[in-house]
Amino acid sequence: MATNVYMEALSPTMEEGRVVKWHKRDGDPVKTGETLAEVETDKAVMDLVARADGVLRQVAAAEGQTVAVGSVVAVIAAPGEAVGAGPATVPPTTTSGSGKRETGNVATVTAPAPVAVVPAPAAAAADATRVKASPLARRMAKEAGVDLKLVAGSGPGGRVIKKDLERAPSQGTLVASPAGAAVPSPVSRVPFPERSGAPYEDVPLTQIRKTIAKRLAASLGPIPHFFLTTEVDMERASEARDALNKQLGDQGAKVSFNDIIIKATAHALTKHPACNAWFQDDHIRYWHEVHIGVAVAVEDGLITPVIRNAELKSLADIGREAKELAERARNRRLQPNEYTGATFSVSNLGMFDIDQFTAVINPPEAGIIAVGSIVQKAVVVDGQPAVRRRMRITMSCDHRVIDGATGAAFLRTLKQMLENPLAMLL
Amino acid sequence: MATLTYRDALNQALREEMQRDPNVFLMGEEVGVYQGAYKVSRGLLEEFGPTRIVDTPIAELGFAGIGVGAAMAGLRPVIEFMTWNFAVLALDQIVNSAAKILYESGGQIPMPIVFRGPNGAALQLAAQHSQAWDSWLSHIPGLKVVAPATPADAKGLLKSAIRDNNPVIVLEGEMLYNLKGEVPEGEHVVPIGRADVKRPGRDVTFVCHSKTVAVALKAAEQLAEREGVSAEVLDLRSLRPLDEEAIVGSVARTNRAVVIEEGWPHAGIGAQVVDIIQREAFDQLDAPVLRVTQADVPMPYNKQLERLAKPSPDRVVAAARRVLYLD
Repeated sequence: MATNVYMEALSPTMEEGRVVKWHKRDGDPVKTGETLAEVETDKAVMDLVARADGVLRQVAAAEGQTVAVGSVVAVIAAPGEAVGAGPATVPPTTTSGSGKRETGNVATVTAPAPVAVVPAPAAAAADATRVKASPLARRMAKEAGVDLKLVAGSGPGGRVIKKDLERAPSQGTLVASPAGAAVPSPVSRVPFPERSGAPYEDVPLTQIRKTIAKRLAASLGPIPHFFLTTEVDMERASEARDALNKQLGDQGAKVSFNDIIIKATAHALTKHPACNAWFQDDHIRYWHEVHIGVAVAVEDGLITPVIRNAELKSLADIGREAKELAERARNRRLQPNEYTGATFSVSNLGMFDIDQFTAVINPPEAGIIAVGSIVQKAVVVDGQPAVRRRMRITMSCDHRVIDGATGAAFLRTLKQMLENPLAMLL
Repeated sequence: MATLTYRDALNQALREEMQRDPNVFLMGEEVGVYQGAYKVSRGLLEEFGPTRIVDTPIAELGFAGIGVGAAMAGLRPVIEFMTWNFAVLALDQIVNSAAKILYESGGQIPMPIVFRGPNGAALQLAAQHSQAWDSWLSHIPGLKVVAPATPADAKGLLKSAIRDNNPVIVLEGEMLYNLKGEVPEGEHVVPIGRADVKRPGRDVTFVCHSKTVAVALKAAEQLAEREGVSAEVLDLRSLRPLDEEAIVGSVARTNRAVVIEEGWPHAGIGAQVVDIIQREAFDQLDAPVLRVTQADVPMPYNKQLERLAKPSPDRVVAAARRVLYLD
């Protein structure tokens, strides 16, 4: 019996996906678990895998085509099985998200003709993509709008149980997209002015830009932001960093200022749990663990991979992990669980000579800090003018969770940690 | 409130109901002169005389039949079986007469009769005398079945049974007769068909009745101490009708259940309870429901084997750990 290949929800917020590349062609034999195609979701390029053994037939979505989640994109037929012609099931291609540019005077997009597909009986497909979950977990997932396929089950045989859903963030939180719609990505695909004679060029929104647009508009609008700025003396942190890197010698990654800031932020949050929280409509969830989202600029946008339990990790571990996650973020190879579930975020534009800025909160988190450049300044120290390395930090707070004094107390602790890094050992 | 044994609580119920209604009488082996094989009828012959406290020969089918006839004629007999193992001989009267009269008379002849006695295993009474008949008796439409676990429930349910116009089976327990507990004086009636939370909890529901209530309570205590698990102990009290609302309500709170009974697993009371849970609380379940029953064998005489064959707190704890995914 033929099994439908659906465009699956490969990220928690995915509503449609763009077929980047087919790994299998019409007529190729496929095995369960094998990659059929690469699909660009709103966050990353993910693999669409076979849910049955057989032969790939009736590929209905061309490379570059964007189709809605749940659409049939192909059929896996049993070897030798005849699959007849039938009505097309894939909605007409949308030009947006096709990844191709459209210039003002030349349309370059051609919509692939839909290919006929006979939908297999629903039961067969349901079996092929079955997720093991307790009835309660199913109900909870449905109510929370969580895709069970994306939840790791801890019960027998991988069964998703109540506990797994309590741990998993609710739908609203399963999306990364933080700090900065305002962040200009150094590698963003802003059209280079081609001398083609055209007065303008239209570039379709990629999936990630669409998500950023949707998510950040949902942040700055509804969330009552307020901002607190402080200037931190980074002399001792700089000395500590130099000493540590000397100590590390040739053993791979160096400790960066950002690593020190992540570590100090995690430490300060353990001392100010009121800032390590999620706003959840009718309650506030105060986290006992610190998961720091780190904004990383990627082509076309940004994403916030999460350093889990940053409060428990060494600087070297944080450095290694941050580097590795950023690397994969840039290659768009992050798994959803790697960019969701942060309890607080850090956005750093210091490398772009930005003195200070405000970051947009990534809901449901209640706070984010925006880190500026470290610059030498003439300041008064003990009554004498001195040249010191200084850095500005601006914290954005969700006033529904954090009040002015609460945020200020956290920021003061963070400042103290950075000005006296040894305090982190206490 | 007075502290009474389960046996004296039953005695109090019998005495009060016999004082209240002259149509109530007690009949069975050794209930009079010997004052009951387990002394449940102590002092009753003296107070009510031999026409209302009737000693019978060893002939269960016979005196059960006399009881059915007396009930048809308007009396309210209480038939005591020395144990329910012996009552198997009387099943024809219980099932084919008592349970059918109202139905087959087109509702004309009520059957206000109580059959009572100890049920299930005691200690080393061997295979023929260590059987729990809960599911057999609960299977029959036309019978009501109650199985009190505490002295207070024993009194309250026996009173309800005597006042009910249908045949009611009261399952007592030899190992329960010495159990002490507070018993309200006078008019204390426990409605048939109403379960009771003996210990509230959040994480898992233990559905139990009769002797297994103590087993479940002990398991709940161990789980609270060792694992920090909060188990709810729901005492069914009535096996027919079952308090579906209480069962479903509890499982809806805890999302997990272990059903415990003294009988064998095959077609047991627990199977009926699990049927209710899977049907009415399907979307509340976070784990399959497990059962703890007597081992599926004739009860061994050997003391250690007997201990292993019975439901025990350890087995309940093990089942609870599984439904809580702690293993």
